[in-house]
Amino acid sequence: MRKLIALLAGLVFGLGLVVSDMINPARVLGFLDLFGGAWDPTLAFVMIGAVLVMAIAWLIAGTKQAPVFGGDMPGAASSVIDGKLIGGAAVFGLGWGLVGLCPGPALAGLLVGGVPVLVFIAAMIFGMGALNLVNRP
Amino acid sequence: MNFDLTNALFGLAGGILIGLSAALLLLANGRIAGISGIAGSLIALKLPAAWAESLLFLAGLVAAPALYALVMAPPAITITGSLPLLIAGGVLVGIGSCLGSGCTSGHGVCGMSRLSKRSILATLTFMAVAIIVVTVSRHLIAG
Repeated sequence: MRKLIALLAGLVFGLGLVVSDMINPARVLGFLDLFGGAWDPTLAFVMIGAVLVMAIAWLIAGTKQAPVFGGDMPGAASSVIDGKLIGGAAVFGLGWGLVGLCPGPALAGLLVGGVPVLVFIAAMIFGMGALNLVNRP
Repeated sequence: MNFDLTNALFGLAGGILIGLSAALLLLANGRIAGISGIAGSLIALKLPAAWAESLLFLAGLVAAPALYALVMAPPAITITGSLPLLIAGGVLVGIGSCLGSGCTSGHGVCGMSRLSKRSILATLTFMAVAIIVVTVSRHLIAG
């Protein structure tokens, strides 16, 4: 059942990226182009919808002992603010701003985005893998 | 890009779908729908215990737009064709999301919605940097 839920959640997530047009880097760059004179606020509406629904989910999660299909609820959010967090976010923002793709929309575009998306995904996996190697516990 | 009320409504609807997906994963499976976290865990040297679930989530994410394209008009994807930009962008997004423990979905949606200080700070940081990158590349260099 957990596996079926995971597949279903992935499908709904991908559909959300298509419906909202966040799968389209041009739409994302339109949001990031805050000072270009033709700002596209679509991404803000996407975040509002997603964060509101998820905030309700966290409230519900707080009243449950465990997830419906077993395992544990995630622990309390870490409160450590360090250079890794801010530096990582800054590097992420640099890449995001260059192309307009982040991991979700990139993977959602695997079959429909053509060669440029494939190149981006390959480079992204290389980046993640390289860091995993360096961060080997 | 052009923006009108339709974009806002579809944006809101798509955001609600993304929220519902993350809510389902949390309440049913106890998992956080951070794409970089899920993808990164699958290319680690030691596979996580729930690797099959992670793989199925990503399979759904990859399949959804293709299935959508079978029924509706395929989503338009306008992206740079510059190889150096695509490679640099991909590597930076991969490194940054792993180093910063999250991306737009993990920090932006799942973390901010539980008022995590880390996630709010990370989201503000990557938004600010990305806005600077776009402003500089579009209006200072290209302009």
